[in-house]
Amino acid sequence: MSILEVVIFALIKVVIIVAAMLVTVAYLVYFERKISAWAQNRIGPNRVGWHGSLQPFADLFKLVLKEDIVPDKADRKIHALAPIIALLVALSTYAVIPFGPDLTIGSYTIPLVVADVNIGVLFILALTSLGVYAITLAGWSSGSKYSLLGGIRSSAQMISYEVSMGFSVAGVLLLAGSLRPVAIVEAQYGWMWNIILQPIGFITFLVSAFAETNRLPFDLPEAEPELVGGFHTEYSSMKFAGFFLAEYANMIIASAFIVTLYLGGWQIPYIEKLGLPSVIETLLCLGAFLFKMAVLLFFFIWVRWSFPRFRYDQLMNLGWKVMFPLSLINIVWVAALIMIFGL
Amino acid sequence: METKTKRRRIKDLNFWEKIYIPELIKGLSLTLRTMFKPKFTMEYPEVKFDPPGSYRGRPVLVQEENGVERCVACGLCSRVCPALAIEVQAAETELEKERYPEKFEINMIRCIFCGFCEEVCPEEAIVMSKDYELAFTNREEAIYGKDKLLVPVKNLQDRIDFLRQYK
Repeated sequence: MSILEVVIFALIKVVIIVAAMLVTVAYLVYFERKISAWAQNRIGPNRVGWHGSLQPFADLFKLVLKEDIVPDKADRKIHALAPIIALLVALSTYAVIPFGPDLTIGSYTIPLVVADVNIGVLFILALTSLGVYAITLAGWSSGSKYSLLGGIRSSAQMISYEVSMGFSVAGVLLLAGSLRPVAIVEAQYGWMWNIILQPIGFITFLVSAFAETNRLPFDLPEAEPELVGGFHTEYSSMKFAGFFLAEYANMIIASAFIVTLYLGGWQIPYIEKLGLPSVIETLLCLGAFLFKMAVLLFFFIWVRWSFPRFRYDQLMNLGWKVMFPLSLINIVWVAALIMIFGL
Repeated sequence: METKTKRRRIKDLNFWEKIYIPELIKGLSLTLRTMFKPKFTMEYPEVKFDPPGSYRGRPVLVQEENGVERCVACGLCSRVCPALAIEVQAAETELEKERYPEKFEINMIRCIFCGFCEEVCPEEAIVMSKDYELAFTNREEAIYGKDKLLVPVKNLQDRIDFLRQYK
């Protein structure tokens, strides 16, 4: 392929992914409301469009039309910068996550990943850590005590859980022997999914992912009863929408990342034995990836409406005294697997 | 000296509760089961709530089959009304009851739906209806005169039966 073709394909993939991401975020919010309603014996939004399916767009219009208020005491530049960082991180992290095997159309072979980089896992971890800045800066620059407390809590929480997250990932990397997401997926051929080989690592990673995305059992940065709105107390209009979008986009990234690391990525075990044409096989794999992601996203929402929020000290206890040792045990476990079975 | 003995309290968690995961699964399964249960929501403008006889909606005057109100304008309701919402002006009539309310007004901004007027009425002439859709756009509209208050007795049978049983 010539350089021009590579650039064009990459651009097409970027556009598709960003568009798909935004639509998914919109419907994630819709399903969040629907599932919360179902879990509480209610119906949920059903006025706008068929069964309320246009609700997210109505919400968006409302947000766009709202007045953008910046508090007097706020540091205006950083106040405006914070949601941009959040959005930047949320929209760029997805670039390295593969969502399917190579697609062969005619003479072209298109890898279904925007950037197949060797340090993909590191890239994701680095960018999610950058996401802490968005929240911390938002809390700092708002000039409000609630925002500041939310920001501080968030940075403490995310740094704590990043540790166990990193160690859980180390288990996966030991088995795959590569930081390349595509290689990690391919290492989980057949039923060698990491969730089966290292269930402890899966649990610690899942819990850390909840903490990293600030989802409910760990949503202390925006604990409404204590902190009004946490770091986004002083945000309104599109700046608030930026944070909102970033939160849900992070959820999508977290579930895609979990699928890649632990649930075999796009793979359907032993599908190549059916002898399907390669295009259909690729599309089936893509469907499998989206299905796994959807299940995880449902799980994220489901958990949110089932469990109460942790207290701050409980959160830190869990992070440092339970999750951290567990993720270390997981590394030992994986190392033992490699030594004994030579995986 | 106080001796320290380790006693097991009921609120101490056992091993399975301490490792947390079985309990989490219990909680998740509860919400999952709830998701498939029938919903309680009543889709209001399309589906209207039909209240039971014990419901206290807006107070109305009972109108007999012959089109005459039962009210004899004794003024007890206006006297007992804690929110001072009722105004009655009596006049004489040729009918057997001799008195009738020339003017009977309830200010629905003031009314607190306590039902004292109905309780105190000796003639069962003012009762609470099932009417709960009480929107008005200005203060004048909120003053209900006899035109709005008179309701045929057959529409109020539920409430009257309820009152006869429990009052």
